Amino acid sequence: MEVKVLTIKEDILEANKERARKNQKRLEEHTILGVNVMSSPGAGKTNLILRTIERFKGKLRIAVIEGDIASRMDADKVHRQGVPVIQINTGGACHLDANMIEQALNNLSLEQVDLILIENVGNLVCPAEFDLGVHKKIMILSVPEGDDKPHKYPLMFTEVDVALVNKIDVLPYFDFDMGSFIEAMAGLNPAAKVFKISCRTNEGLEAWFSWLQEEVNQIRRRKQS
Amino acid sequence: MHELPFTEAILDIVLNEAKGVKANKVNRIDITIGKLSGIMPECVQFAFDVISRETIAEGAKLEFYQTPGQVRCRNCGTTFSSQGFDDLTCPNCNKQKIEVLTGREFIVDSIAWE
Repeated sequence: MEVKVLTIKEDILEANKERARKNQKRLEEHTILGVNVMSSPGAGKTNLILRTIERFKGKLRIAVIEGDIASRMDADKVHRQGVPVIQINTGGACHLDANMIEQALNNLSLEQVDLILIENVGNLVCPAEFDLGVHKKIMILSVPEGDDKPHKYPLMFTEVDVALVNKIDVLPYFDFDMGSFIEAMAGLNPAAKVFKISCRTNEGLEAWFSWLQEEVNQIRRRKQS
Repeated sequence: MHELPFTEAILDIVLNEAKGVKANKVNRIDITIGKLSGIMPECVQFAFDVISRETIAEGAKLEFYQTPGQVRCRNCGTTFSSQGFDDLTCPNCNKQKIEVLTGREFIVDSIAWE
């Protein structure tokens, strides 16, 4: 049989982008700020989420989407704080995608939520490549990981709106050079905010809370105008 | 690892288009991958061989066209082409303060079918 060539020119990532746009539209209809929280395993995503829930208790209605390859451990910790939580087990996949978020949104009472924090799978590579349809992407780098990570995982540090340096209470015990980190960050992503925090001692967290509150306010103002 | 969902998206696009032209078999799939997309062609072919079994695209050869990225230096303004994530230093001023202009494409260009 004759072999023919058919021109297609279709973006392979388009299906995910399309779902991401739908997710964002849904969040906006309900005046919800969505935040994608990324980091390597153990950098402090769950603790940051727990501190944030404590701080905004009675002020913001928070829901959490927990992404892990397996287990409900993080979801249980969040659930004990009395906020709605959806656990996504990716069963091996190294990141969350827009389809998983769509399913999670289907299981939340969106009219009763102001802020959704999405804890992505612990990984500095793949989560940065998948748009979830949320408004803001943030990442946490913890002091023991080292200041050189922006050079090694440039996409993650390029994509985010905020980089939080966590565990600053242990800075005296590590060779983490804050100046080098800030310089690398300024090179890759000058628009990103950098907050130095400790989820253990609560140092520096107020700056993060203020940023988050302002982003929630912006979503509300956008809705009103 | 995440080459698998990408590859599923490729198979969806290909089978959908092949159905449109009533193809009996897909022999070749031409794909453009930007060198700053972070996607490894060999992993995509491997995943494709597994998930395309018992479809009309089984055995299809994936032809990859890897395009260099275009990067702009935010220090001195030079635009240069990049061959990957290990090639982001400005050839003019030697700084790594860059803005990626292109290089993250991932596109099914065409298929050869019969």
